Amino acid sequence: MSKYTEDDLREELKTKEYEYGFYTDIESDTFPVGLNEDIVRAISVKKEEPEWMTEWRLDAFKTWKEMVEPEWANVHYEKPDFQAISYYSAPNNKPKYDSLDEVDPELLDTFNKLGISLDEQKKLAGVAMDVVVDSVSVATTFKKTLAEKGIIFCSISEAIREYPDLVKKYIGTVVPKKDNFYAALNSAVFSDGSFCYIPKGVKCPMELSTYFRINQAGTGQFERTLVVADQGSYVSYLEGCTAPSRDENQLHAAVVELIALDDAEIKYSTVQNWFPGNAEGKGGVYNFVTKRGLCEKNAKISWTQVETGSAVTWKYPSCVLKGDNSVGEFYSIAVTNNFQQADTGTKMIHLGKNTKSTIISKGISAGKSQNSYRGLVQIAGRAENARNFSQCDSLLMGNECGAHTFPYIEAKNKSAQIEHEATTSKIGEDQIFYCNQRGIDTEKAIALIVNGFSKEVLNKLPMEFAVEAQKLLEISLEGSVG
Amino acid sequence: MSLKEKLVSSFMAFEDHVDVDTKIHDIRTEAIKLFEDKGFPTKKDEAWKYTSLNSILKHDYSVFPKQENAIEYSDIKQYFIHDIDTYKIVFIDGKYSSHLSQTTHEGLDVCLMSAALTKPKYQLVIENYFNKVAEKDGLSSLNTAFSQEGAFIHVPKNKVVNKPIQIVHFSTGNESALMLQPRNLIVVDENSHVQIIERHQSLTDNPVLTNSVTEIFANKRAIVDYYKIQNDNLNASLIDNTFVEQKQESFASVHTFSFGGKLTRNNLNYYQNGERIDSTLKGVTIIGEKQHVDHNTLVHHIEPNCESHQDYKGIFDDNATGVFNGKVVVEKEAQKTNAFQSNNNILVSDKATINTKPQLEIFADDVKCSHGCTIGQLDESALFYLKSRGIPEKEARGLLMFAFSNNVLSSVKIPELKQRITKLIALKLGVNIGFDL
Repeated sequence: MSKYTEDDLREELKTKEYEYGFYTDIESDTFPVGLNEDIVRAISVKKEEPEWMTEWRLDAFKTWKEMVEPEWANVHYEKPDFQAISYYSAPNNKPKYDSLDEVDPELLDTFNKLGISLDEQKKLAGVAMDVVVDSVSVATTFKKTLAEKGIIFCSISEAIREYPDLVKKYIGTVVPKKDNFYAALNSAVFSDGSFCYIPKGVKCPMELSTYFRINQAGTGQFERTLVVADQGSYVSYLEGCTAPSRDENQLHAAVVELIALDDAEIKYSTVQNWFPGNAEGKGGVYNFVTKRGLCEKNAKISWTQVETGSAVTWKYPSCVLKGDNSVGEFYSIAVTNNFQQADTGTKMIHLGKNTKSTIISKGISAGKSQNSYRGLVQIAGRAENARNFSQCDSLLMGNECGAHTFPYIEAKNKSAQIEHEATTSKIGEDQIFYCNQRGIDTEKAIALIVNGFSKEVLNKLPMEFAVEAQKLLEISLEGSVG
Repeated sequence: MSLKEKLVSSFMAFEDHVDVDTKIHDIRTEAIKLFEDKGFPTKKDEAWKYTSLNSILKHDYSVFPKQENAIEYSDIKQYFIHDIDTYKIVFIDGKYSSHLSQTTHEGLDVCLMSAALTKPKYQLVIENYFNKVAEKDGLSSLNTAFSQEGAFIHVPKNKVVNKPIQIVHFSTGNESALMLQPRNLIVVDENSHVQIIERHQSLTDNPVLTNSVTEIFANKRAIVDYYKIQNDNLNASLIDNTFVEQKQESFASVHTFSFGGKLTRNNLNYYQNGERIDSTLKGVTIIGEKQHVDHNTLVHHIEPNCESHQDYKGIFDDNATGVFNGKVVVEKEAQKTNAFQSNNNILVSDKATINTKPQLEIFADDVKCSHGCTIGQLDESALFYLKSRGIPEKEARGLLMFAFSNNVLSSVKIPELKQRITKLIALKLGVNIGFDL
């Protein structure tokens, strides 16, 4: 039997095309390209938004016009032309469905190809889905069960219409309109997204999840997610995405805001598999996301992410630990291959007393990719007894890729205890040898080692998601490992 | 007139009293252009994010010291490692002090930069090494433009230098504010071994700004140990730029002991041009009041099978600020690199700040690189243990902090220097830690 060597694996991965690259032909209602005040107004009208929301968008747009694109990240790419993007696109079949049978079969087919068919999901462990195809939510399931508990889980545009007080109170409080270039852009033109509100003391009985897809050619997608967990509540939120294969670069600039009030807990998990570009580094999605959570007293926010896609990723899910005794967590696996570039990490801002944060980041780079961890741990002067533990491990496969670590640690309180640890290594020949010796072939051994390497993070994913995450890891990694 | 303008215009005055027909002068002219272009770094530069030079650039520094000043040896004896025999190169207000120095040309050259730059006998060495490894950033270029005086050390092949070399810079305060720009060049040829101790000391309360550049070349299998003692007063600031280039199988270590000064910035850069090189960078920082110490290190691994070890400890009291910005770059070709970096800090007071940024940039896959960084306090149980055995709190704390920094101290190879630094640490921690000093 010929041996399946590391080189074969690498070769196979290089030539492996994006399996999920397909394009569903749904007639879309698309705006002309370009961005100006009229477009912003038009989006607002289209979404039947109240006056205050329109003003809010326009204000963000004004700020955005004066901002410049940031350049500090360790990524190189051709800057998107913001006037060549269509800022709104919605599938044509607008009526909401009560059951899956009514959903456009072509759309269902898309999800089936992704292996996340709604019916399967429905059967599986009670996952309610707010499916977003090109910015408009077209199907929502399990809404009833949630409604009984008083949980609001709907699209953000619906929330703006139905629950304006809640939205008005919380939107933009964690990620202000003027926070950064992409957050401002998103605030001006966001087309849809999810809104979730968990009332006081309610423990959400199921994992809430949305799937995002970029579908229409030339459409930038600007998601806006707002999750509010009221006092003493708990919610676990899943977000996942895959995108069709395209040659031009697509822009994805989402904003996610989490608010955990006193004693609340939010668990936010992401599996990200945007189209990474082909083996020559052509095409692929630009992913510039602002994600931030705010913790009040005794609250806890936990970010878990598995990043396998995107040509350029730029993403720092952060926690502002404002309340005393609050806890922030960040678990991440970032896999880059071919010409992918990822600059990702987290910010833990300790403001309250006895706040704790944990950062576990695993970077795996293969091919000609560049993978950077960039993180900030900041201890404010009055954050007594703050505690942070960070661990960033990188695994390199092949000698054409790079792994970088840029941690920033700023401590202003003497009682702070901060530990940061980072390692970079490759899969050791001795490790492979050990496995071979025990009858495990090289390919399996590599899979085993990589699995072990990312276990700490995979373990943090909800069960339903872990299955898919491992699938995505396989696709991006099988072959590249070694 | 800003300091930058003043410096640029005084370059013309400087040209009046140096030989302008040499190659060195071309380098100087090019450097002043670079400085004019880049100027002083600001907080907007990523490498200077946590250190602002504004507070020290506002003084009206005199750039050229007027005359040679004499100091009595007895007054400054304490600043030397005086209990062993050493070569000494001593500068007072930037001028060479012959009566305090002890130089040599027998078997090796321990002499002055000004001599090396002008005498034909050194021309080859200067051409091969001068300004070859120094970075072309604003501050180093400024130094290059005004480079004239400093230490020149050239150790030929197969020579173990029998005693350490001390380079000491004093400033006397004869000028109301003084800016010094010493330039050192150290070339160590194959199989040779040298130990060097460097110190900057201000003797008055007048502000002093030293912008020093040191280039160190360690050729094949050479061993270079460099020790920097920074224990200056509250009006003296130091920007130290050290560049080390190593050839195969060489060993170079730089130990930096920062115990004082208004603002101290250490730019320490290593470039490994050969295989099986070992680079060591260690430092202890113990500061208080409103002092600021910034360690900015770079280790550039270019070829395979090399190692680097970084270990920096910091203890910060009062309003002190500490910065550590360490960077390890491993190039694609530099397989089998082992790079270690560790930075541990203790904050003693509520107003002290530490900013640390240990970075790794790795392009090779078969490497072992790690960095660790901690900020914390003394172990309460260890403290309790000591107190329960009758050691007063203050001494117990001192002992623990001494132990904390001892890792760095243990690799100091000159026993007398080690003793001296132990004393300094004890003094800094304000305790008699009861060792036989």
